[in-house]
Amino acid sequence: MAELGRAALLLTLGLSAYALLVGGYAAWRGRRRLAHSARNALIASFFSTLVAALVLVAGFLRDDFSLAYVADHSSKALPTPYKLSAFWGGQEGSLLLWLLVLTGYAALAVWLARKRARDLVVWVTPVLGGIALGFSWLLVAVSSPFDVIAAPADGSGLNPSLQNPYMVVHPVALYLGYVGLAVPFAFAMGALLSGRTDERWIVATRRWTIVAWTALGIGQLLGAHWAYVEVGWGGYYAWDPVENAALMPWLAATAFLHSVMIQEKRGMLRVWNVTLVSLAFCLSLFGTFLTRSGVVTSIHSFSKSTIGPWFLGFIVVAVVFAIGMIWYRLPQLRTTAKLESLVSREAAFLYNNLLLVALSLTILWGTAWPMVSEAVRGETMVVGRPYFDFFLRIFGLPLLLLMGIGPLVAWRRASLRGLARTFAWPAAVALATGVALIALGAGSSTPGLVAYTFSAFVLASIVHEFARGTAARRALTGEPIPTAFGRLIGRNRRRYGGYVVHAAVVLLAIGIAGSSAYDSVSEGRLAKGESLAVGGYTLTYRSLGEREGPNATEVRAVLDVRRGQKDLGTVKAGKNAYSVEQQVSNEVGIRTDYLTGEDLFVIAEQVNDDGTVFFRIFVKPLVNLIWLAGIVFLLGSVIALWPDAREERRLATRYANARERSDTPATT
Amino acid sequence: MIWVVLAAVLAVAVVIVVALPFLREPAPASDELHALDPAERSLLDAEEARDRALAALQELEADHRAGRISDDDYRAVVGSLRRDAAEALRALDRVSAAGTSDAKAKIH
Repeated sequence: MAELGRAALLLTLGLSAYALLVGGYAAWRGRRRLAHSARNALIASFFSTLVAALVLVAGFLRDDFSLAYVADHSSKALPTPYKLSAFWGGQEGSLLLWLLVLTGYAALAVWLARKRARDLVVWVTPVLGGIALGFSWLLVAVSSPFDVIAAPADGSGLNPSLQNPYMVVHPVALYLGYVGLAVPFAFAMGALLSGRTDERWIVATRRWTIVAWTALGIGQLLGAHWAYVEVGWGGYYAWDPVENAALMPWLAATAFLHSVMIQEKRGMLRVWNVTLVSLAFCLSLFGTFLTRSGVVTSIHSFSKSTIGPWFLGFIVVAVVFAIGMIWYRLPQLRTTAKLESLVSREAAFLYNNLLLVALSLTILWGTAWPMVSEAVRGETMVVGRPYFDFFLRIFGLPLLLLMGIGPLVAWRRASLRGLARTFAWPAAVALATGVALIALGAGSSTPGLVAYTFSAFVLASIVHEFARGTAARRALTGEPIPTAFGRLIGRNRRRYGGYVVHAAVVLLAIGIAGSSAYDSVSEGRLAKGESLAVGGYTLTYRSLGEREGPNATEVRAVLDVRRGQKDLGTVKAGKNAYSVEQQVSNEVGIRTDYLTGEDLFVIAEQVNDDGTVFFRIFVKPLVNLIWLAGIVFLLGSVIALWPDAREERRLATRYANARERSDTPATT
Repeated sequence: MIWVVLAAVLAVAVVIVVALPFLREPAPASDELHALDPAERSLLDAEEARDRALAALQELEADHRAGRISDDDYRAVVGSLRRDAAEALRALDRVSAAGTSDAKAKIH
């Protein structure tokens, strides 16, 4: 079976090389059949990679421990869903998943854009082929998942922290995001290579960018929830290098999604947009490098490997190529349109961009600092949480405020008097919220108070926007309110979808501020019958039980929970001891109050032989708004992504001439 | 052995897919890719500029109607947007006319 997997990957390598070299030649010399052939090679590379992936899946499901990768990451006792997720539980499988998603995206992107931007796609094919070539080379020559060994009686099992339902979906979502950024990058480079710097690359990649950005955002939230329920330290984000690695490209892509609107509306920022899309992609490569190379210490990192230098070389090639192309096409990218006023929507978007990029680069510096210090001083120095928290406040809070300001300012220029009128209502709500919070005793954390006040401002401006738009539509058409509301969104999907995403970010900010600035913690060693009080709750350690799970011994302490005189039931926390993996994991107990969004979070840090348990207990106000934000974020993205028939018709008319001409072979 | 045969079948299949454009058209009248010529690119640029100008005007009207933009701000901007839109339409007419005469010249 390993032979088929290896052969399939070898074919992907050949097809990618063909797409790069022959596709590049065909685009350069204008050879139609060769260009189609290269496109077919890129599409075929998805199917050959799919065969390789299926071989590996079959290896896991059949407990084929003659495959070294299966033996290292699975065992007979491992439950079937985790045998599937063990696919990406190690380096080789993760790289194969990267390649599978990349070739899948590439095949779909060039196929869907083959009509509207055919002369662009011929240049996109070699760029995507080049990226696929890099990854398939790693899988064929450096880190193959199909290495064969003498099959042991059983495998080594899967890291217990990866035996969690979130690990079945979180890496896939994250990779859909990381890899998805290759599509807008390839189209931007295709536009620069072909010299066609019109808007078609943006039109062709608009949805791809939103899909990748949404997947990356959802992937990070799923990862945060995994850390919250599985890692067992009481938090959801630790500024871990690998967490940062996913956040940085997401921030750059967020900046791109905003700045691209300025290009669409005003024809400005062409250089900035290709730079941002390149930055987002290179950061996604850097993220994969951090995860896979073992150069940083992280709970997500796997053992040190030999792919680091290869990957670094790959990143250098991508960066040099992108900078070179932007430099080469600089004269064509320059525009005559200028920023007319510092008080305008494009200016607000520009401020948003600068803050997002500054935050992204600051995180990059903090993340790369251990490597830089190692290289320069010979000793690894790590910047801690205070560094990241400081810059999150410095850049994040103004960003939050701008989210409320930007959409309400007119394009080109706006008067201060007009702005004062527009912002009167949201500002009044924000002020009232701030005063009320201080009165309620929330003034203990200044950043928390500012975050809540700004959040109130943004939420008020979003509600005001929906209300005002619905009223205007109702006045114009006489439609009932629900119809006017629905059609308002339906006719302006990107705008109102964007507002819903903004609402999600506000929920996220409220959840983060609440759970980090206003949380309570208490810890202590309890014997049966003893109690611990925290944040208004009283927990009494009642009993300790043990049972055999499918592949682990599960020890659970049971605690009675009371708030005042009210009995709130029980919560269980403990540990799992995995016999095959020879590892122990924390299994936290969480009691959620769905009305307030608060969690009571219990960690059984140490279970002693005498039956006493050392507990650490947190009360995390509003933390569930973070997970709710994920659902709202997805809803907003779907609204923004949903095809708009009128927009499609307009674009179809615009590109009809170009398409008709390029559909037919040249006759001269 | 079965896996080696399957690998061979896969290899043959991808070779056929890659060769398909040549199998379908062994001797085409022309094998040249049509790239947009300067006139077509000017037309595309002019159409983009027109769409941008009209969309800006449309959005301004909608924002003003919804009360997002004050009367003063509306008056300050609408004139230049209308001029931009008119200029974009005139530019598109010019480019289209030039394109039409180019096409006629090629035919004759």
